Amino acid sequence: MKFGVVRFPGSSGDKDAYFAVRDVTGQSVEYIWHESTDLSGFDCIILPGGASYGDYLRAGGVAKNSPIIDAIRKFADGGGRVIGIGNGFQILCEAGLLPGDLLMNNTARFRCLPVKVRVDNNTSDFSGKCCKGQVLSLPIAHLTGRYYCDSDTLNVLEKDGRVLLRYCDESGNATEQANPNGSVGNIAGVVNERGNIAGMMPHPERAVEDILGSTDGVCILQSMVEARL
Amino acid sequence: MAKVNVYVTLKPELLDAQGKVVKAALENLGYNGVQDARVGKFIEIVIADSGNIEKDVDEMCRKLLVNPNTEDYRFEIEKG
Repeated sequence: MKFGVVRFPGSSGDKDAYFAVRDVTGQSVEYIWHESTDLSGFDCIILPGGASYGDYLRAGGVAKNSPIIDAIRKFADGGGRVIGIGNGFQILCEAGLLPGDLLMNNTARFRCLPVKVRVDNNTSDFSGKCCKGQVLSLPIAHLTGRYYCDSDTLNVLEKDGRVLLRYCDESGNATEQANPNGSVGNIAGVVNERGNIAGMMPHPERAVEDILGSTDGVCILQSMVEARL
Repeated sequence: MAKVNVYVTLKPELLDAQGKVVKAALENLGYNGVQDARVGKFIEIVIADSGNIEKDVDEMCRKLLVNPNTEDYRFEIEKG
């Protein structure tokens, strides 16, 4: 399986994603500059964390007009797998490839800490190796991570089981206290209707070796590797 | 040449985390009458004069300057 990691000016999680794919899953991986429009040969595209274009205007608001985004749209229309992590999630929402948007954390602070998230959907291409209800320990590092969507969209996401991850406590309860940024419904990650585009604020690629404090991100990466294309 | 002033604000029903901080900071300065504060964006654009400025700027707002899901906008055109 061949992964591509998109680099925008200001991406900073690109190397984390690259090494996690190469060294932990053993799959082949290449960087893709955001001006590229050719995704032939790739099976899975990762939009990494960071601050594309310095988060100027809005997080992901400038990057959504990069040439790669139209290519990703076509790639996903053809069934290709796409995951946005952190800033990548913000970009996918801005581009309309995922529902909802990310707003400034309700605390108005940059939150950088390990959090617990519960896997609410374990049938997606991004979570098939996880158990339903499994509590993962993954790091977050963001200022703009408050997931917001209108109530109609939220109802659809809930009804269709498209909430992938939810901030929770140690026991898996999605409490207000466990919500680090004020996200609606404690939502930390969602998947599109077709199930081939996902976005999440926590960083699975930064939780793949013991020295990083958690290896819980491996099941997300491995799910992408093993899901049928 | 024309100058366009674009004002972008978070939709009123959404929590404005920056506005909350500004309100608290004003209260700390002793302005106890402050009921609310919200932070928006102000963008100045200088553009060649044409008959399409209004249409073009509206398009700029929808394509880049504004996220219509979460923000409202208005603009005024000052023809030079």
